[in-house]
Amino acid sequence: MIFVINENRPVAKEVFRMVLRAAIANEEVRLRPGQFVNIAVEGCYLRRPISVCDWDARTQTLTLLYKTVGTGTRALARCVPGTSLDLLTGLGNGYTPVEARRPALLGGGVGTPPLYFLAKELAGAGQKPVAVLGFNTKDEMFYHEEFATLCDVIVTTADGSYGQKGFVTDALPGLAYDALYVCGPEPMLQAVFAQARALPAGHAQFSFERRMGCGFGACMVCSCKTTAGYKRICKDGPILTKEEILWT
Amino acid sequence: MDLSVTLSGLKLQNPVIPASGCFGFGQEYLPYYDINMLGSFSFKGTTLAPRFGNELPRVAECAAGMLNSVGLQNPGIEKVIAEELPRLRAHFHQPLIANISGFSIEEYTACCKKMAACEQVGLVELNISCPNVHGGGLAFGADAHSAAAVTAACKKVCAKPLYVKLSPNVTDIAEIACACEAAGADGLSLINTLLGMRLDLKTRKPILANGMGGLSGPAVFPVALRMVWQTYQRVKIPIIGMGGVACARDVIEMMLAGAAAVQVGATNLVNPMVCKEIIEDLPGVMKELGILRLQEIVGAAH
Repeated sequence: MIFVINENRPVAKEVFRMVLRAAIANEEVRLRPGQFVNIAVEGCYLRRPISVCDWDARTQTLTLLYKTVGTGTRALARCVPGTSLDLLTGLGNGYTPVEARRPALLGGGVGTPPLYFLAKELAGAGQKPVAVLGFNTKDEMFYHEEFATLCDVIVTTADGSYGQKGFVTDALPGLAYDALYVCGPEPMLQAVFAQARALPAGHAQFSFERRMGCGFGACMVCSCKTTAGYKRICKDGPILTKEEILWT
Repeated sequence: MDLSVTLSGLKLQNPVIPASGCFGFGQEYLPYYDINMLGSFSFKGTTLAPRFGNELPRVAECAAGMLNSVGLQNPGIEKVIAEELPRLRAHFHQPLIANISGFSIEEYTACCKKMAACEQVGLVELNISCPNVHGGGLAFGADAHSAAAVTAACKKVCAKPLYVKLSPNVTDIAEIACACEAAGADGLSLINTLLGMRLDLKTRKPILANGMGGLSGPAVFPVALRMVWQTYQRVKIPIIGMGGVACARDVIEMMLAGAAAVQVGATNLVNPMVCKEIIEDLPGVMKELGILRLQEIVGAAH
């Protein structure tokens, strides 16, 4: 599906926000929080998977936040407004919202974008989410204000240059949460996992990242062992519940 | 305009066949197009026992292609026959290519026999060229004697046409092709992936956990074409050509070199619609080149 870039600019150190609009409106496109799109990037053979930060079906507007970490994302950052991009949309299982009064959304670095979309959906459903966003430093921080329009927000930085000093997991014990949605680097996922044992089944959901090939379940390069057998992170994930996770 | 081709008596509506390992068991492509338009498809390499495959990462990228080191992840032949083939029946009514692999001649023949007995299977493709497993796959495809031995053993138990998928990671692919033909192969598939490697500059280590992996994508097309050309000159049995095919013109070029049908691999992974696009583009390209019957151009370059 072809999208046209409306906006593509930095929002923090090495983090860009890209806003795109479907070239031809397609009512059938359904995107859920935690899903991703796979973008064909000029000069790269494989597509680049980027999580969905926001999708407005009415205006057919897609928002992506991505960090420039390699050739693909650096090429994306050079795209000017008006550029058309070929996207595969609606990939991955996405988060499965559960009944909860106080869900906590824990994001680390560029793991925070899918939680914005989720916060919007949960708040819209009458829940009172709290977002805990962790960054290394103030200049890497983004989207505090945007999250604040949807829910309570706690920001942590590892060096204390913004918000609370420390990690996302340092803020967690002080919160009365009854569901957890997590996205961030794997050590963070592991640390949160250790604090999530008491939650009921399905109430702690973690987003995983692996090197992918196709992004839609065909090539099997991103398979992981889980308690429920082998799962493709791109198709059966990227969201796994704590009951499914096998740390290796 | 006639797009149909014939492989060992098996008539296909067109020569376009997704290659094994790039199309799973078809299900992932159902949201993208009606896969029944394909000539056939070669499903995910199947072994006797279920396999997880190699450790991750098992994909890397290069200028015009990719490397994989999946290592034959598959649910095992019993599950493929009991679950995947019936699931496919609702969506795919063309003859299937059953791609099988093994770690011993006994495993190859057992898989071969079971697959050939499946009504949906049109032909069996013996993978003796997987570069990503030890003691299996390429161990049989790396020299003419072992390739002939496994081919002869499978031919005895295979009630369907038997095609042998060859590796490009050898000195003379045509020599191995000749050995397979002499051992009773009904046809050949070539090429499997080329062994390659990428390093991570920061860690100074290979990106792939397995170290090396199989290179595919447009980067390998000229190599594949050359090998199809060379093999065509030495054997009489049909060749399914593959390696970096990405468009209708590549299909024509492969057929001119000697391919009776053409498989499309890595390109499916970056463009899930590519086989549909190729099939739709073929008549236009044929018209432009003055081709009425696709079958007539096989080997026309020689």
